[in-house]
Amino acid sequence: MTEDDDIISIQNLNKWFGNFHVLRDINLTVRSGEKIVICGPSGSGKSTLIRCINRLEVHQEGEIVVNGVRLDGSLKNLEEVRSEVGMLFQQFNLFPHMTVLENCALAPMWVRQMPREEAEALAHKFLARVRIPHQAAKYPGQLSGGQQQRVAIARALCMSPRVMLFDEPTSALDPEMIKEVLDVMVELANDGMTMICVTHEMGFARQVADRVIFMDDGEIVEENAPEAFFSDPRSERTKLFLSQVL
Amino acid sequence: MAEWTPKPPRPAPASSVGLGAWARRNLFATPGDVALTVLGSIFIIWLGNMLLDWALINASFSGDDRTACLKPEQGACWPFIDAKLGQFIYGRYPEAEIWRVNLVFLFGFAGLVPMLVPSAPLKSFNIAFLLGLYPVFTFIMLTGGLFGLPRVETTDWGGLLVTLVVAVTGIAASLPLGIVLALGRRSRLPVIRYLCIGFIEVFRGVPLITVLFMASVMLPLFLPDGVNFDKLMRCLIGVALFSSAYMAEVVRGGLQAIPKGQYEAAAALGLGYWKTTRLIVLPQALKLVIPGIVNTFIGLFKDTTLVLIVGLFDLLGIVQFHFTDASWATPETHITGYVFAGVVFWSFCFAMSRYSIFMENRLSTGR
Ligand SMILES: Nc1ncnc2c1ncn2[C@@H]1O[C@H](COP(=O)(O)OP(=O)(O)OP(=O)(O)O)[C@@H](O)[C@H]1O
Ligand SMILES: [Mg+2]
Repeated sequence: MTEDDDIISIQNLNKWFGNFHVLRDINLTVRSGEKIVICGPSGSGKSTLIRCINRLEVHQEGEIVVNGVRLDGSLKNLEEVRSEVGMLFQQFNLFPHMTVLENCALAPMWVRQMPREEAEALAHKFLARVRIPHQAAKYPGQLSGGQQQRVAIARALCMSPRVMLFDEPTSALDPEMIKEVLDVMVELANDGMTMICVTHEMGFARQVADRVIFMDDGEIVEENAPEAFFSDPRSERTKLFLSQVL
Repeated sequence: MAEWTPKPPRPAPASSVGLGAWARRNLFATPGDVALTVLGSIFIIWLGNMLLDWALINASFSGDDRTACLKPEQGACWPFIDAKLGQFIYGRYPEAEIWRVNLVFLFGFAGLVPMLVPSAPLKSFNIAFLLGLYPVFTFIMLTGGLFGLPRVETTDWGGLLVTLVVAVTGIAASLPLGIVLALGRRSRLPVIRYLCIGFIEVFRGVPLITVLFMASVMLPLFLPDGVNFDKLMRCLIGVALFSSAYMAEVVRGGLQAIPKGQYEAAAALGLGYWKTTRLIVLPQALKLVIPGIVNTFIGLFKDTTLVLIVGLFDLLGIVQFHFTDASWATPETHITGYVFAGVVFWSFCFAMSRYSIFMENRLSTGR
């Protein structure tokens, strides 16, 4: 494990919302190709942590380096990091006034300056990969939740990100749609994508995670390989949490 | 057990389909409904009858002066409108130069129609024509003084011409200015935010008459001597600023309805502030507030009559002005003139209203 392999390095990260200390001394490094699953009780700071990685939230102390670029408030660094990091949201956040195809081709055209035909070809390619090749001309409002989340994955992939962040991507979905999204995520993982995933889908964690991180009260309580994490957690808090969700 | 066979569909009972069923359901379902239907019909017939009598049966259609409109039971006095139509449309614009106004109307119409038809091609040329070439062309044609065209002072303009010039300028300026003000009001930079809030609140809190009066009477007092700035131009600026303050609040309503997730998704894709605003936020926000935007346009269109206060004669102003013409003094002149002006205003406003409904339906994307 060398320095060069680290695609994300977070050191002594501290963040406050007003006076509320939401992230406390977080240290985390992620190697290229690694899959990390983050879990923990509601309000523990999971979303805030991954939103710091593409600076949707601004931290006050500590250092975050993504793909060699330090997040220090410079606009240039920010844009560089955001174009290399894809993000998926619980609520999909597709752009409702654009077709599925336009949603996917937008960022390549306007951020990467790609010609329209090329961007649309790319969009078609990734839509096929998330198994919705025939919905390109529809609007997001005409798709099911599972289809929308897969479009969101295709939209992120069109930017060829080095890292993908997932913030509970399946928790707004009906049970029968969760699987179709998880299947796509498993495929992505098998293709070697670096993934950081906040989720309570423990089956997914077992199947693809290299490491599982358990957070509580803004701290990383436990960091472990999935086998050990589920069968023999080190801390009592982890045990308590697992007894509630499993 | 017998084999299951699907039942063939039967036609609905005759009492539930057709005109009779519709009338029974919607007009005569209960005794109360029957009473309302009968009373409503009587009222509509009475009103329609009265209008018909006035506008057609008892109306005069030809004649050269008031004597044509002095029958007993006289209805509308249409010859008055006919005789004055030129004045109502062009004001005191010189007869020999009226072709210039007509050309401006024609080009405006020719530029606007393909603009409003969503499937018409070459939209970007069309926009460039309407916002770039056309205003310059209109200015040169209407004021003259260039290319051998005789100069026509704006004090000689009037009627529908003034109404349209003021309304179209106000409409064309208020949307972009309003968008800028609305974005500014939500800016993170306090200086910009407070400037925009100040502007909006001042212009929204003052009656348009005051703005026009200030523009035409007070402003010249502050300008250095000899700087003379056309009265119509001052009104145009006043109307544009006033309506942009209203528009800003309409647009802000739309901006506030855009969920935070849209901004976050755009940011996560690497889009910056301007691209996010232009590609993600404004298209959605403006679509949401189309009814409010058109409402503001309609209000503005009708408010143009207030330029009368500073001595400009818009359509209504000039119609009223001609009531004083003794050769057309009849009991029906006033009402005929007002009905005419009302119908013209209504046609424009109704067209805008229908177009906005058409656009809303067209832009709806199933959410
Ligand atoms: N913008 C904000 N302003 C103030 N407090 C916030 C803000 N966003 C989050 N918080 C608080 O920070 C804490 C951590 O929030 P966060 O969304 O990271 O939790 P989470 O672990 O993702 O929880 P969940 O599982 O419910 O999504 C919570 O107590 C929340 O109330
Ligand atoms: Mg969360």
